[in-house]
Amino acid sequence: MKEGQRVGEVIEASTTVFTAQCYELFELPPFGSLVKTKAAPLELYGIVYNATTGSIDPGRRAIARGKNETSEEAIYSSSPQLKELLCSDFTALVTGYRQDNSVYHYLPPVPAHIHGFVHLCSQEETREFSSSLNFLNILINTHLPLPPNELVAASLRYISQAHEDRRAFLVAAGKELAVLLGSQYDQLRTILGGIRQ
Amino acid sequence: MNQEEYRLGIVVAGSLAKGMEIRLDSRASIEDVTVGRYVTIEGQKQRFFGMITDISLAVTDPKLTITPPDTSDPFTAEVLVGTSTYGIVHVLPMLTIGSDVSTLLDGPQPVKTVPGHFSAVNIATERDIELVFGKEDEQRFHIGNPLDMETKLCLDLEKLVTRSNGIFGKSGTGKTFLTRILLAGMLQKSKAVNLIFDMHNEYGWEGSSESGYKVQALKQLFPEKVAVFTLDEENSRHRGVSVDCVVRIGYDEIVPEDMVLLRQTLNLTEPAVEAVYQLRKRFGRNWLKNTLQLKDSGTERDELLKEMNIHESTFQNLQRGLATIARLPFIQEAARDAEGPSDAVNSVLEKLDRGINVVLEFGRHRDITSYLLVANMLTRRIYARYQERTEKAMGENSEPPRPLVITIEEAHKFLNPEVAGRTIFGTIAREMRKYNATLLVIDQRPSSIDEEIMSQMGTKITCLLDNERDIDSVLAGTPGKNELKAVLSRLAPKQQALIFGHAVPMPVPFQPREWGSAASYGDYMTGGYGKLREQPTKYIEELWD
Repeated sequence: MKEGQRVGEVIEASTTVFTAQCYELFELPPFGSLVKTKAAPLELYGIVYNATTGSIDPGRRAIARGKNETSEEAIYSSSPQLKELLCSDFTALVTGYRQDNSVYHYLPPVPAHIHGFVHLCSQEETREFSSSLNFLNILINTHLPLPPNELVAASLRYISQAHEDRRAFLVAAGKELAVLLGSQYDQLRTILGGIRQ
Repeated sequence: MNQEEYRLGIVVAGSLAKGMEIRLDSRASIEDVTVGRYVTIEGQKQRFFGMITDISLAVTDPKLTITPPDTSDPFTAEVLVGTSTYGIVHVLPMLTIGSDVSTLLDGPQPVKTVPGHFSAVNIATERDIELVFGKEDEQRFHIGNPLDMETKLCLDLEKLVTRSNGIFGKSGTGKTFLTRILLAGMLQKSKAVNLIFDMHNEYGWEGSSESGYKVQALKQLFPEKVAVFTLDEENSRHRGVSVDCVVRIGYDEIVPEDMVLLRQTLNLTEPAVEAVYQLRKRFGRNWLKNTLQLKDSGTERDELLKEMNIHESTFQNLQRGLATIARLPFIQEAARDAEGPSDAVNSVLEKLDRGINVVLEFGRHRDITSYLLVANMLTRRIYARYQERTEKAMGENSEPPRPLVITIEEAHKFLNPEVAGRTIFGTIAREMRKYNATLLVIDQRPSSIDEEIMSQMGTKITCLLDNERDIDSVLAGTPGKNELKAVLSRLAPKQQALIFGHAVPMPVPFQPREWGSAASYGDYMTGGYGKLREQPTKYIEELWD
């Protein structure tokens, strides 16, 4: 997936999260990646924490079709309509926004716009966004249907790739987490295990 | 060192009595922080000066200590250092300096409040030390360097000699070196003259260091300012000392008070000492001679004892003790005829009046009996003259005699609670500077010195002590005693000392300056700044040869 690439369109939005649908089946941004969408005049940043692929009609589940096929690809080629009946969605946690060229690491005044395009952030943008580590606070303190440790570790792994000195960035982030999780050493240890260099 | 390297951490808790707790910055390594280091705390309105008294480790979550992280992983270790695990440095604030001009002029003041939360703490710079202890000048003498620093630690000697002072430390910790340095300082930079009772012949002429090489002493560095007196002419001659006077003591110079001091060393009983007073009353000045001459038996003696109500065994005990004194070679029956003791006292006084310092060597008479007897006797007489002259000067509004500093070793023998009330040294220590005479006490068992006298000492310099009672006794009454205890007991066994009291604005552990190389002698002779004043450089080289 190229940096800055458009990855989907917002189909559901709230103050804390927005869900987007991908244009192509399985063309999902990675777990923990940094994406952005417009809510003019703001630009909202989110970290992908969940992705699903399923039927476009919630009442109709997909069924197993490959009994007589030799490969998985053959299933899709023999039933080309599948690509239209299934879709891939992802949900991102809003972790900040940009207004007038400044990045703020707290929740935006307005949620994302429906049908707003969602782009993967470029390396430069990722660096700029992660120049302050305050976004970690939101990641740790939001109640999500998945362990926050996993999300924090994944996002740090992803964001650190944009930094020249990956290790220095991860150490700094680790220290920030150590402060945030001062009395929760178990949680800190799990995250550090996930970003260890 | 740039500003970043001086930075230690921030204040997080504390109290005036127990000191401040400083959370160490993650950048500062805890192993670089040492007890006794001197720090500054930047409060909002004033700067605080303090000393590190303890260092401890802390964690944010006790689980860290129960299930420690994998320390072989450098990443985890790097993350946790300074965040979840951190160092706490305990600092005892001692002085403050205000930020406005008027308080700056007053100089450092004793601390009366504490810096606020999160005040920045830095390692003290050389400038800070200079601000507190002053620069080396006409009055201030460089005695060494604060631990781990290159800055000169200077002592106001004029202030020092106005009180009795003490140098303490276990045997072999450098008391003699320190004393030599301090005496050299007084010779240069104070108006006081010194009378040194040199039990081990170390201060007048060259002595030897523990490693065996010879080190020069005062007479060699300041030949015009120092006179060496000796009790043992032969020994001094063998050692090549240029002696100014040989001291002899006559029987009639010994008075009952001297016997009080000698009671323990001569193994005299209490009644025997009482008997001395009676004998003195009866025989007058020649009591010692007459007592010794009393035959072992005979009616004359029996009657005498009966008359004075002295028991036979008491008298025998006394005679044995007196015989020990009479056997001392420098005690002479009729010393007065030749170079009499009054001559000795007079010549000491005459030298002192001229501003010449006197070192009295004991030669081979290193036994404690000789030392106690001679030191007490001479001091008593010199002090009496001083007292007389000071009172006269006060009456006539004329110049009082020069301040006198009397140096005594094994001071607990003179100043233990049993005799302190009755010896002249006890009097000097208590009455202090009224009569312009003070003591420089050197001792290895400060706990044996009378508490009252310890409390009257102005400045105390102490090398390593490891006996709990000695430490308690030295630090008694000092603010932050418990914290200083930690510093004192961590001093290196050699060449490190803690100074606190009247002459220094705050306690500071230091490393005494060098004494022993040609360059160091040169520094002492020049006063540490400027050119050689009286001695040509060539002379220093000769000394070294």
